[in-house]
Amino acid sequence: MVERALPEIPRLGGSVAHRGMPSWLKGLRREPRVVVAGGYLLLLLLAAIFAPLVSPHDPLEQDLMLNTLPPAFSAGADPGYVLGTDSLGRDIASRLIHGARVALTVAIVAALAAGAFGTVLGLLAGYYGGWVDAVVSRLIDIWMAFPPVLLSILLVAMIGTGLTSVILAIVIIDWTRFCRVVRSETLQQTRMDYVDAAVVLGRSRWTILTREVLPNVLPVVLVLLSLEMGIAVIVEAVLSFVGLSVSSDMPTWGGMIAEGRQIIYHGWWVMVFPLSLLVLTVLAFNQLGDGLRRLTDPVMRR
Amino acid sequence: MSPALLSIAGLSARLKRPPHTPLLRSVDLEVAPGEVHGLVGESGAGKSTIGKAILGILPGAIELAGGTIRFCGEDLLAMPAGRRREILGSQIALIPQDPMTSLNPSRRIGDQLTDGLRLKRGLNGKALEDKAVSLLRDVQINDPEAVLRRYPHELSGGMRQRILIAAAFSMDPKLIIADEPTTALDVTVQKEVLRLIRSMQASHGTGVLFVTHDLGVVAQICDRVTVLYGGMIVEQGATADVLAAPSHPYTAALMAASPRHDQTGSGMQPIPASLTAALQGELARHGLERVTHA
Amino acid sequence: MLSSRALRQVVFAIVTLFGVAVVSFVLLRVVPGDPIAMMIAPGASAEDIARLRAAYGLDKGLVAQFVIWLGHALTGDFGTSISMRQNVVHLIAGRLPATIELTLTALAVGLALGIGAAVASTLGTRRLIGSTVDNANGILLAVPDFVWALAFVLLFGVAWPILPISGRVDPRLAIDFTTSFLLIESLLRLRLDIARDVLAHMIMPAMALALPLAAVILRVLKGALESEALRDYALLARIRGASRLRVTLRETLRNAMIPTLALTGVQFTFMFGGTVIVERIFAYPGIGNLAIDAVINRDLPLVQGLILTFGLIFILINLAVEASFALLNPRLRHG
Ligand SMILES: Nc1ncnc2c1ncn2[C@@H]1O[C@H](COP(=O)(O)OP(=O)(O)OP(=O)(O)O)[C@@H](O)[C@H]1O
Ligand SMILES: [Mg+2]
Repeated sequence: MVERALPEIPRLGGSVAHRGMPSWLKGLRREPRVVVAGGYLLLLLLAAIFAPLVSPHDPLEQDLMLNTLPPAFSAGADPGYVLGTDSLGRDIASRLIHGARVALTVAIVAALAAGAFGTVLGLLAGYYGGWVDAVVSRLIDIWMAFPPVLLSILLVAMIGTGLTSVILAIVIIDWTRFCRVVRSETLQQTRMDYVDAAVVLGRSRWTILTREVLPNVLPVVLVLLSLEMGIAVIVEAVLSFVGLSVSSDMPTWGGMIAEGRQIIYHGWWVMVFPLSLLVLTVLAFNQLGDGLRRLTDPVMRR
Repeated sequence: MSPALLSIAGLSARLKRPPHTPLLRSVDLEVAPGEVHGLVGESGAGKSTIGKAILGILPGAIELAGGTIRFCGEDLLAMPAGRRREILGSQIALIPQDPMTSLNPSRRIGDQLTDGLRLKRGLNGKALEDKAVSLLRDVQINDPEAVLRRYPHELSGGMRQRILIAAAFSMDPKLIIADEPTTALDVTVQKEVLRLIRSMQASHGTGVLFVTHDLGVVAQICDRVTVLYGGMIVEQGATADVLAAPSHPYTAALMAASPRHDQTGSGMQPIPASLTAALQGELARHGLERVTHA
Repeated sequence: MLSSRALRQVVFAIVTLFGVAVVSFVLLRVVPGDPIAMMIAPGASAEDIARLRAAYGLDKGLVAQFVIWLGHALTGDFGTSISMRQNVVHLIAGRLPATIELTLTALAVGLALGIGAAVASTLGTRRLIGSTVDNANGILLAVPDFVWALAFVLLFGVAWPILPISGRVDPRLAIDFTTSFLLIESLLRLRLDIARDVLAHMIMPAMALALPLAAVILRVLKGALESEALRDYALLARIRGASRLRVTLRETLRNAMIPTLALTGVQFTFMFGGTVIVERIFAYPGIGNLAIDAVINRDLPLVQGLILTFGLIFILINLAVEASFALLNPRLRHG
């Protein structure tokens, strides 16, 4: 009777196979913005790392005879100074390249530190639940009640200026961005049946957390990291614009913008170039993050 | 009757927090070696709770309040954790309900299929791969080498469920808990998967505790059946006997309510209100409230 | 009558403000460096220093210091600004109206732009329009107020100089107002020449603050409007023959505004953060600009006063958002 009630078992598989291009490459074709933004950022990173080699001039070298030279394409320019010079006769192109060092250092270090801290807390809270979750969630609530400006004013007033302070301020303010998302994502993953299956197999909680849950949470962290780097670049620029970042003998985009703002009527380019580079970089981090989100989302959650 | 493979006696469970709502009330149930034992009841009856109690994966909000779960004569609840871990996964395996959430989206099929073999049997390398390929062949999957390298989202629901079945049988367990393994699938795929479980179970001689809310499914693959209502057993016996002449009105009502798989055209009938009221009375006599979904 | 819900929120607000006071006080006291040394002119005698120490309770424990400070604060005495040698409360009170006028204007502009764009985007049916709006908005969302402000300076201050790029009002205008709410008072007194000048100074900073807000509102409201439009009541209205615009304005907008409003509240608090930098760029004499000077000069009494001012503003905004929820959502009105 049993045998009659049930149909034959058809063979499955084989036909779904899609060979050839690996899926991540296909994804990149679907999201060209990831390639463009990522390529730009890679170039910028290389320029920053090899700044002394690729800069045409010493970024600190002043030559008052050559002050406020316009960029190469306009009249009265000196071809040796492609993007012109600032009011002290320093080469703008070289200063931009060196400024990328500060910008990217802050972006990478601050985002990674905030990301690591927030992710670890978020994972623990989401996975272990109970009092761990209660403590972390309260902590987030308290943090969120403190608006970022307030916190940053307080922090800079407290710890003073400098590269480390800027990074520290960003980490202290922005770790909650990661923690909130990772916590809810982990919570969602922990409810999945594959976690139960791993428990039945006798895997330890730690193994399940690091080997099963974490890989599913990482794509989100990656997206947040990219967005956070964009935020960090802005924060650094703003702080150096008002003179609260690194000391003035180190070129920064924000500092250059501030100098340009002073002489806006005499040399628009002094402000326009660093501002454009800043916008481009921020947009690149944003588009990269957005592209990564689209790339990882439908695949991982289907 | 052969000695029991799984023997549950007086199992009770309740919510950990006040008001300690009871979820299982003194459940007795036996599964013989090689037998498919159906566990039926409507949603919220406590079927999954029984399965999870056996596997030791009860949610944190639920606690056991008494009873024993013996596997081959050993009490799973009383044994040392080490021994228990030895048994779970290798001698008792799980076929889960939802093939979508039961495979880790970020790990390859091959890795997940062979977790048990690696962890419990210490297999690796070529031997492991050969075994994985033959496991997929057993569940009628073509081109197993390619499928092993895929990620879950690249496969259909039916294929994923077959992979979970293969994983469950990979350790040649004595007992399999199948928690509604077909409800997440569409009807034609359901039948294929049922047949697959039945044939795998027969060839391996595995005992199966088959959780379902569908008496039609019970009729198709179960040797014996237990009917659960509100955490309490209302009827138990050989499938043919129970379905031919249900002794409890709830079973009869459940039969009328379930879609018939062998004949088309007969509509489903809702469980009559009068019966529900009578059952509530019965539960009340046992000091048990029916747990309703919020 | 004050409902218990409202009462709870007011109590919560007071507790939060107290928390901000405690935290900022403690943090600012652990700052390395002697606050007294920064407070007085170089060459002061040892007695002077000791006297000041005693006055601020700096020779006592942290708790005692806080109690002394709180006692002064409750009577409206937040001390004297170190760098500007002025009463902190007077200093802040003199600058606050400028910031309030600026942010309220920016809020109005941002809401108008964001809501307008979201409603307009529901009128088009073509997918292409929707995705173009989304992509453009994706870029708008990434551009911060800082960048807008500088771009406006370049565009309308330098390239096509039609607007003043610094200050709040032309100093040549003789102004004898009783308050520092220049825009409001000039309108009330019908001094349209002054109102015009104040507005001209305000347009660029207000737009710089409004655009990021508009981008966020557009994204959230557009999404909410789209999902509301699929609900039965909206479909029914369409079937009854109402136009898209009418359905949006009469049926869905009200419901879609609820999630948008919560967000606007949060974003409005961020906008106060934005004033710090935008006011700096336009040399606009508000509390944001003041905050930067305070931090640069490590003027701790002023920093402390400003933090409490910002804290109070944020709390008031949250209360206002809660109140407007009750207005928009009939179910909450009798809670
Ligand atoms: N994590 C949990 N926390 C609290 N109560 C739970 C939890 N999981 C299940 N329950 C309760 O336990 C009761 C039994 O649930 P169980 O999952 O065993 O039902 P079931 O018979 O498997 O139903 P279904 O057919 O829907 O799977 C239900 O009333 C449910 O509300
Ligand atoms: Mg269940």
